[in-house]
Amino acid sequence: MIPAPFDYVAPSTVDEAVRALADAGEDAKVLAGGQSLLPVLRMRLAAPTTVVDLGKIGELKGVRDEGDAVVIGAMTTHYDVQRDPLVHDHALLLARATDTVADPQVRHRGTFGGSLAHADPAGDLLAPALALDAEMVIQGTGGRRTVSAAEFFQDFFTTSLAPEDILVEARVPKHTGWTAHYEKFNRVAQAWSMVAVAATVRAEGGTIAEARIGLTNMASIPVRATAVEQALVGRSADAETIRAAAEHAAEGTSPTVDGNADVEYRQHLAKVLTGRAVEAAMAG
Amino acid sequence: MRITVTVDGTSYTDDVEPRTLLVHHLREKLGKTGTVVGCDTSNCGACTVHLNGQSVKSCSVLAVQADGGEVTTVEGLARDGQLHPVQQAFRDNHALQCGFCTPGMIMQSIDLLADNPNPDEEAVREGLEGNLCRCTGYQNIVRAVRDAAGHMRPGAGPEAEQVAGGERTTTGVGGDS
Ligand SMILES: Cc1cc2nc3c(=O)[nH]c(=O)nc-3n(C[C@H](O)[C@H](O)[C@H](O)COP(=O)(O)OP(=O)(O)OC[C@H]3O[C@@H](n4cnc5c(N)ncnc54)[C@H](O)[C@@H]3O)c2cc1C
Ligand code: FES
Ligand code: FES
Repeated sequence: MIPAPFDYVAPSTVDEAVRALADAGEDAKVLAGGQSLLPVLRMRLAAPTTVVDLGKIGELKGVRDEGDAVVIGAMTTHYDVQRDPLVHDHALLLARATDTVADPQVRHRGTFGGSLAHADPAGDLLAPALALDAEMVIQGTGGRRTVSAAEFFQDFFTTSLAPEDILVEARVPKHTGWTAHYEKFNRVAQAWSMVAVAATVRAEGGTIAEARIGLTNMASIPVRATAVEQALVGRSADAETIRAAAEHAAEGTSPTVDGNADVEYRQHLAKVLTGRAVEAAMAG
Repeated sequence: MRITVTVDGTSYTDDVEPRTLLVHHLREKLGKTGTVVGCDTSNCGACTVHLNGQSVKSCSVLAVQADGGEVTTVEGLARDGQLHPVQQAFRDNHALQCGFCTPGMIMQSIDLLADNPNPDEEAVREGLEGNLCRCTGYQNIVRAVRDAAGHMRPGAGPEAEQVAGGERTTTGVGGDS
């Protein structure tokens, strides 16, 4: 199928893009990599009157070092995030999670910012962004503002972005020297996570000094598994510690039911996958 | 909207509606029907082409997004009547039955070999994750890609070198030549 007709603009700066969105009103849509939006338009699940393409805005692409944070431009593709040395050194969890997103063709087009803005509860980059305490830099008609990942994700496919807002970049506090793993459970022919666990840890000797755990698809928004984190920190990273900590993984979750899994099964998966994720993260 | 796209080495300037998908532009405007549409959900990869040197699903890119860009389709691979080594390997290894997935499989295989010139079986399967085949069970496709890797890799042993240095030189090595 082909999308319904729309007007198309491709501004070259963020300021112009915000203005184009404001001028076009509620029925405008931002186009990033198009890997979620174009399928939606093809299926005619949406029919915006104007599409504002961010593809020509150079300032939205790339990763830079800003002292205590790594700043990832919204239009940086999954492919580039996977290979970025700054991401590897300071936010390894994001690289690991991005490795599991979709397939090579989709990763060539799909963007980091597009995934966060789309806010699919099964999206793989939301839980890592939450676990790493990322902050979202947003530009709207009133200028720029910064919101925490916890405030940014609000509900199924819903963020704190207003219709005329653009997600400019994410500031990810450096987690230098942390090891990480993203453990994902999905059907083979579909990369979408049924449940996944994002784990990153900092070890001192054999002891877990710090841990951050995020859960994918265990609620309408990504969930931070704080009880698991607390049960890990300060303990030696042995099998018993990990097993006991992982038992807390389903606390505070409210997963949805779909054709793949019910609540009980998803909560079971969360525990099993948390154990695997922490073990693999500890192994480096 | 007026766009200019270089497809298989030829520059084309056309007026397109913004909603036109790249695959429809290729097929319907430029007659490049070698690139096919297999689904409505961006899942099957049959429509895979290279855009500015990277594999993309051309059903999931607007033609206007390709403005100023360079596209290679399966029709642009052969050189002087010689199949590209990956095309030849698909033929030699019986890597197709109905052939519907083949244009996308070949384009994605070339992309994967450009990233990893010597992939093991698992790397081939992961590299072709976004391409579905309803006929072959993938075995011969994986075999073909690894066979092509042998022919395309420089210094991969005398036999491969001979082939690479012999009749298939005109087809180039990897990438979007
Ligand atoms: C076959 C297939 C499999 C996939 N599998 C996975 C998977 O396993 N895991 C996963 O996480 N994802 C998966 N995806 C989705 C993929 O990661 C997309 O890249 C991502 O969801 C959206 O990014 P995009 O850049 O393509 O955004 P678009 O599709 O261009 O946009 C998505 C939405 O976000 C809005 N938006 C985008 N960028 C901005 C911005 N900067 N500011 C404000 N709003 C913005 C758009 O208006 C739109 O509503 C898959 C997609 C496909 C087609
Ligand atoms: S037609 Fe493009 S992915 Fe199926
Ligand atoms: S050969 Fe028929 S779909 Fe692959």
